[in-house]
Amino acid sequence: MSTPVSAPLFEYLCRMGDNTLVLGHRISEWCGHAPVLEEDIALANTALDLIGQTTLWLDVAGEVEGAGRTADKLAFHRDVWDFRNLLLLEQPNGDFGQTMMRQFLFDAWHLSQLTALKGSSNEQIAAIAEKSSKEVTYHLERATDTVIGLGDGTEESHSRMQAALDLLWPYVGEMFLSDDVDAAMVDTGIAPDPATLRPAYDKLVGDVLTAATLTKPQDDFAHKGGKSGKRHSEHLGHMLTQMQWLQRAYPDATW
Amino acid sequence: MVVEKPSLETIWGWLDTVPDPEIPVISLTDLGIIRNVQWQGDTLEVTVTPTYSGCPATTIINLDIETALRGHGIEKLVLKRQLSPAWTSGWMTDAGRAKLEGYGIAPPQPAGGPERCPLCQSTQLEKISQFGSTPCKAQWRCTDCLEPFDYFKCI
Repeated sequence: MSTPVSAPLFEYLCRMGDNTLVLGHRISEWCGHAPVLEEDIALANTALDLIGQTTLWLDVAGEVEGAGRTADKLAFHRDVWDFRNLLLLEQPNGDFGQTMMRQFLFDAWHLSQLTALKGSSNEQIAAIAEKSSKEVTYHLERATDTVIGLGDGTEESHSRMQAALDLLWPYVGEMFLSDDVDAAMVDTGIAPDPATLRPAYDKLVGDVLTAATLTKPQDDFAHKGGKSGKRHSEHLGHMLTQMQWLQRAYPDATW
Repeated sequence: MVVEKPSLETIWGWLDTVPDPEIPVISLTDLGIIRNVQWQGDTLEVTVTPTYSGCPATTIINLDIETALRGHGIEKLVLKRQLSPAWTSGWMTDAGRAKLEGYGIAPPQPAGGPERCPLCQSTQLEKISQFGSTPCKAQWRCTDCLEPFDYFKCI
């Protein structure tokens, strides 16, 4: 029983951990650069939560794989094609509004995913989901307030938020695509079918965008290839050269 | 060298004196993060739950627990991490809440915001930011005395 599920389970855990790792790194790039001090601190704190969650996910991934790889090994010693994060999360930060729009689009999916995982048949996954969902509830609350504040703000902030939404919407669909890994997770009661999360997501996002006076793009075309690892955008490689350079230059350095 | 195993009450008493590394006015037991202490044969097992999954204080906390217990002569010690049930600010003791407020940090409230200014007790308050200097805090301001203050988030 454990042999057939271990490979897809490892994949699944990498997807969860790589999502939080890549987004955590992206928003940590704002540290020292955000528009105001409070937002700088908020982004850094959100990054910290996400990196903490990454450690939990990738540690379990390493255990499941059974090849002796720790969370650090997985984070710093894999190359682009081994990453399983959503394409949305590796996109560059853009301006502050674009960063917060990406955060909102992800947080809304992330919270519904974690809420479902609290009932996972895998106890370790259920425990991580229980812990993380508290933090992500807070992330979603802040991202929602910011998207509404900026969308329904000045002419300038409104147009930037609409541009951010138009740019990022083609990356939303990938969150709800189901593949063989997802099917294996559904069969073993580990995780929900991503497609089942879509109606509640559309409702939530629709309500928030309405409150933000923003218009959801008509076209639901979706880029894909991030969670499967088949086709990342060029941005991930550039990000990893920064994130991984120390462990690449001085393998296994510790301090 | 411990000849007799210290009682669990004694050990909890020792842990009561280990301060939180970020907010030293409260102890680790005030914070409610030590979930269990038990003897497994001649090994002492201490179960700790993190406040936030990325809180950098977590490793320091484990080190401080180990240092304190070894200082009392405990030689065989295992620290276990427990994620579920997830830590809630509701586990903070009443003594801990009072110490926080005395220190100038408003204690967590189920309503989601501070009850009063920890400096002048006014209830005229406004939120500055949902986040603060550590993962467990948010920034608020009193509109009477105009002082900004930390609020311990309710999760």
